[in-house]
Amino acid sequence: MPANRFNGFTDYGIGIGLRAPHYQHILTRKPVVDWFEIISENFMIDGGRPLQVLDEILEQYKVVQHGVSMYFGSAEKPNREHLRRLKELVKRTKTPWVSDHLCWGSVDGRYTHDLLPMPYTFEAAKITAQKVREVRDFLEVPVAVENVSSYAEFHVSEMTEWEFLNEVVERADCGILLDVNNIYVSSQNHSFDPVAYVSSIPAERIAQIHIAGHSKYRKYILDTHDHPVIDPVWKLYERAIQRAGHTATLLEWDDSIPSFQEVHNEALKANRFLSATLLATAV
Amino acid sequence: MKLLKLQRTMARAVMQPLTSSERMQRKAPDGRAMRSYAARFIKPNDRLTSFERLEIYNRQYWFRLLSSMLEDFPGLRSVLGDRRFEAMCKAYIVDCPSRSFTLRNLGAQLESWLGKHPQWAGRKQALALDIVRLEWADIEAFDGQAEPVLRLEELSGAAGENLRLKLQPYVQLLDLRYPVDDLLLEVRKDDEDTDFASNAFQERRKRKRVQAVAQLKPDNIFLAVHRIDNSVYFRRIQREEFAILTALKRGKPLGKAIEAALRGTSIALEERPAAVQKWFQNWATLGWFCQLQKNPANS
Repeated sequence: MPANRFNGFTDYGIGIGLRAPHYQHILTRKPVVDWFEIISENFMIDGGRPLQVLDEILEQYKVVQHGVSMYFGSAEKPNREHLRRLKELVKRTKTPWVSDHLCWGSVDGRYTHDLLPMPYTFEAAKITAQKVREVRDFLEVPVAVENVSSYAEFHVSEMTEWEFLNEVVERADCGILLDVNNIYVSSQNHSFDPVAYVSSIPAERIAQIHIAGHSKYRKYILDTHDHPVIDPVWKLYERAIQRAGHTATLLEWDDSIPSFQEVHNEALKANRFLSATLLATAV
Repeated sequence: MKLLKLQRTMARAVMQPLTSSERMQRKAPDGRAMRSYAARFIKPNDRLTSFERLEIYNRQYWFRLLSSMLEDFPGLRSVLGDRRFEAMCKAYIVDCPSRSFTLRNLGAQLESWLGKHPQWAGRKQALALDIVRLEWADIEAFDGQAEPVLRLEELSGAAGENLRLKLQPYVQLLDLRYPVDDLLLEVRKDDEDTDFASNAFQERRKRKRVQAVAQLKPDNIFLAVHRIDNSVYFRRIQREEFAILTALKRGKPLGKAIEAALRGTSIALEERPAAVQKWFQNWATLGWFCQLQKNPANS
């Protein structure tokens, strides 16, 4: 199950996001890490230090690309310059799969630089799936779409979020980057059962899993990636790997970033769930 | 509501400036009450109204983009002051919203926009424009393309004065009316120091910076913003150097670039060959020339 056509038949373990405050530590100490996830847009540039660091990382580590601005759900066509640069980077990193979010963020050529929520309609699913197909065909690598955290719902929605995700991935025949923290955040903001969400996803399409921390406010939760993972999110993670098997897992920590070791240790907590799942499969 | 219409409706609200207390405006972009505008397409829940849910995205948009401007233009902030800088950024983002997939390009239009809106910098307009040029050049030099460096042996048999030398794309050349390189270095040093400083110390630093800006006198300088080992440096150059490098960047042949640059120079005639030789030696050492392109003019 874990190595599937949506993650290039790889069997990656537990990774962490490659972030600038950790560059020095990684390049000098060369810690043992299964893999790093990079934010594609940070490296879709012509030269300089970021690319030099990336090349040094690539010499020693496996790297997977994760994007933040493809906006599969935007009604407009993909940006050709974006695609061209992304493909250049794909060739450089040899990433086995590429992921980006199931959201929109630009309209009429104007970018919000945010992950805006989708209306869960059949029209939106069709448009989004078409775009995912176009991007995958252009990049020539498997594509996985990630569920986002959201703070708003639309009157026009015709289905639940997980039904919409299923509709898109079936139409696009693509993979899922299942973010269990995002499921938790949205479940609290929209009062749905997160376990029902995880249980409804086609497990055979899960290419990768994201875990992260968030910030709780009085009336809602924000997906801030600046805290350790909380227990209810680990529970969802456990449920996800019970269904999907030993899947490539990545911890996101993007703000108030602690030491490399602290971030890596937090990610490695996933091991206890992975081991339990392996054991359960063995017996 | 169809997808495109919904996205246009939401984007208009999300990209509308916040109030002075950083809340969503009560009036929607179409002049109606924002409450009914939001309620048209966003569901409320048991804790938040449609307005409040939309407001989360409205605030995130502005916080994210303003934070990006602040990160990219700390020098301009020190010239304008915190409040004016923030107000200017809001006006700039309204006029020039991001049209790129990366926030790296958000400030690409700032120099030309600021040139057309002198009210933001007032008497400091020339200084403000200079610092924006420098900060944008810094961004371009940081991640601009580097091509293979010219090797000396490539020059043997090359076409003398008709030779077309190509400058590294990351090298940025600036003709500035103020010595803003010193100012920017000072601002950055302050920012690094204040990361670990007390509030009182930060206030003293801020006052010192305001004084430094106020006292900055015009002084025409020429600057090359470049990279060594992937770190960006500001190198002051002579007017003649600037002229040669600019001409080369525009694709002029070597002979014409040197001839035009030395027209009207104050460098004594007999000292010119040595000066030119020294400049080229420096530039070559810094790796500023790209490998020769295989075209007839260079053979």
